Amino acid sequence: MPSTAPALELRSVIKEYEGNRVLKGVSLTVAEGEIHALVGENGAGKSTLMNILFGMPVIWETGGYQGEILLAGAPARFRSPAEAMEAGIGMVHQEFMLLPGFRVAENIKLNREPTTPNPVSRVLGRTLESLDIPRMRADAKRDLHAVGLTIDEWAPVAGLPVGHMQFIEIAREVDKEKLKLLIFDEPTAVLTEGDAEKLLAIMRDLASQGHAILFITHRLDEVLAVADRITVLRDGEVVGTPDPESTTVARIAELMVGRPAAVKAQRRFFAPTTEPAISMEQLRVDMPGERVDDVTLAVRQGEILGIGGLAGHGKLGIANGIMGLYPAWGRVVFGEGLYTLNDPRYALEHGLAFVSEDRRGVGLLPEESVELNIALSALEAQGRFLHPSPIQALRLLNHRAMRAHAKELIRALDIRCTGPAQQVRRLSGGNQQKVCVARAMTLEPRILFVSEPTRGIDVGAKQRVLEILTALNRDQGVTLVVTSSELAELRAISDRVAIVYRGKIAAVLPPDAPDAAYGLAMAGESAQAA
Amino acid sequence: MKLPTFLHEFGIPRLLIAVFLIGLFGVAVATHMDLKSLISDSIVRVGRNGILVLALLPAIQGGIGLNFGLPLGIICGLVGAVISLNANVHGFAGVALAAGIGVALAIPVGAGYGWLLNRTRGQEMMVGTYLGFAIVSMMSVFWLLAPFQNPTLVWAIGGRGLRTTLSLGGIYDKVLDRWLQFTVGGIQIPGGTLLVFLGFCFLVWLFFRTRMGITIAAARSSTQFARAAGISDERTRIQATVVSTVLAAIGIVVFSQSYGFVQLYTAPLLMAFPVIACILIGGATVSRATIGHVLVGTFLFQSILTVALPVTSQVIQGDISETARLIIQNGMILYALTRVGRA
Repeated sequence: MPSTAPALELRSVIKEYEGNRVLKGVSLTVAEGEIHALVGENGAGKSTLMNILFGMPVIWETGGYQGEILLAGAPARFRSPAEAMEAGIGMVHQEFMLLPGFRVAENIKLNREPTTPNPVSRVLGRTLESLDIPRMRADAKRDLHAVGLTIDEWAPVAGLPVGHMQFIEIAREVDKEKLKLLIFDEPTAVLTEGDAEKLLAIMRDLASQGHAILFITHRLDEVLAVADRITVLRDGEVVGTPDPESTTVARIAELMVGRPAAVKAQRRFFAPTTEPAISMEQLRVDMPGERVDDVTLAVRQGEILGIGGLAGHGKLGIANGIMGLYPAWGRVVFGEGLYTLNDPRYALEHGLAFVSEDRRGVGLLPEESVELNIALSALEAQGRFLHPSPIQALRLLNHRAMRAHAKELIRALDIRCTGPAQQVRRLSGGNQQKVCVARAMTLEPRILFVSEPTRGIDVGAKQRVLEILTALNRDQGVTLVVTSSELAELRAISDRVAIVYRGKIAAVLPPDAPDAAYGLAMAGESAQAA
Repeated sequence: MKLPTFLHEFGIPRLLIAVFLIGLFGVAVATHMDLKSLISDSIVRVGRNGILVLALLPAIQGGIGLNFGLPLGIICGLVGAVISLNANVHGFAGVALAAGIGVALAIPVGAGYGWLLNRTRGQEMMVGTYLGFAIVSMMSVFWLLAPFQNPTLVWAIGGRGLRTTLSLGGIYDKVLDRWLQFTVGGIQIPGGTLLVFLGFCFLVWLFFRTRMGITIAAARSSTQFARAAGISDERTRIQATVVSTVLAAIGIVVFSQSYGFVQLYTAPLLMAFPVIACILIGGATVSRATIGHVLVGTFLFQSILTVALPVTSQVIQGDISETARLIIQNGMILYALTRVGRA
């Protein structure tokens, strides 16, 4: 059980980014020999907290932070990651930071190698001392044993299975003599179930050896399995510290997402049918970080279907898979016949359109004009805005038609820009999002997939974008599939909300279902259908 | 360091080159040189090299970067020129035949080159350079063994193998230069060649306003975006390479008629470098270029080459113009490569 001296103590830490308060006075303590789980949705402030603890430059470039951090009782204020490491903070990353061409022991002892003097080093300094290979191997062996890995410490890292890499990372952190606090940042995100269980066992083991552990994860069942204490973060605030002995996964999930809607609920005008517009059977999508394992879901003609769920469970993978942006498998029925997966062009030509969650990468050509961004997909997939020509590929751009169309949409969607010729990267986030929606509208789709429509845009623009989407559904009968991390928004605009858990549909709920039902579904503890 | 906007947009290197050029002209005036013939020579060289510089534009717009594999297209044009000379076709018809054969060869060659570049993504400039070197050497063997019979083309002794330099005198030497030639204030302007150059500039401008051209430029800007819009960026890169290679083939034919000679064997080996320097001096980067960059760059760089030789030989004993050319040319390329990724 936890001892008395806290390894880490945070006292009302406050952080602002350009007037936007992302941490509103967070306090927590991690005692020696304790696993403290920090949970929260994307944007809750976990990463900012980690950046502060690790002295990342981004914190200092944006004006530092307020509040106090005590490491083993001593005040600490890290100016760089090197300082944080020196002070005894160890970090296990979700992406492995190992040198594949080096051996296991070399990776563990990198830059902390035991050395012995030799004639050259006596003249030219310590950096030329010989490596004490036997001692390195012995140390590495001890560290590997501590994390329960029985591999040859002299093997190269390159050929090892992914699961092992994570354990080598942990071994490297454990090797540090001054280690006071070990941070696990989403450590199980890339592990198989078996390896994840093994990792949790090692975490418990390390804690019982007296290490203090701060554990950040989305997987709530893991939290309950190992944590001695839980802190739930939402919108930069600690909203609860449920006791792991008595709380449930559903209760934690509810705390994480139970936020009041930032937008007004939309009243419905268009009655959806029960006819399926597109139905997926056993859809599998290989999208890194958002893998879809087995989704069976029918989208009804004319409805707004919301897709929600915690980050990393695959909600974003569904739309990306259907649109052919990531490799997908499964049976998808569309209208009368089978739908062809893995072909973005097929999707566009058959009345599907997509507003991507990755606005800057997939969604826009930032260097190009507003009008070209709006017209491009339709120009490419449907040959619109072009003059006639005998050779299809050499049809000239009809600039006048493109501009007229762009002006119409700029007015209709209230896109704030100096004109259709302005570069898109000069627009604000909300207006860029409207350009993305405008491009999708230009395709005149029957089914429109929209991912994270309100991410990274200000509150006023959020409301406007959601109104545009619902109007599209109401007035033009476009079937909408909206994927969002903002559950409250989904519930405000959708007819049904599907919750994804670990790559599968956990439940399809009506928007007015109780918060607890949503909490349960997000924790994967329900299979009831709406 | 904050610069005034106009200075920043014009670009420091371009400014330095322009100042250098004005300085050279100043010296020319001070030493009472024949300014008119210097300007006339500069303009002739702009027309002569223009289409070769223009050939780089589709490659940059298509995301391939600076097309160091330009000699591939040049060789296609040279084969066309040699065939038309062998058939003894004179005048415009000769130029047209040479360019036609060059284009016909450049399309499959460009497609193959584009295919190769797709397999060596991220190293296009390196691959282009070495592919160019290899092909030039290979073609040297071809020039030696090709069964051309026309006695004006083959070596006088032995009667086999093409000569290194073939004169176009009396065949189509300067046909385009002389066509529509006019004189303004004592300065001779090769109207035809300039017209052809500007015509091709217009065609390329037009091309980038067609569906294919827009697609090529969009795929260059963002691969992910292109994929989401149903565009295969492998295909657009091949298209861009083909257009670039075709323009290089036409460019060398226009170059040769203006120069008056067809140069074979190792002549195309280093041809890409001065041409690339032109477009860079014009303000292009590895990832963005416009017709304006082509025009300005060709004029600045070619003028310096023309003016530097006579001016420097006036001021100092000996010739440093070749040295100046190499410093400017390779310095420009080096400078552009240090800007990669910063745009």
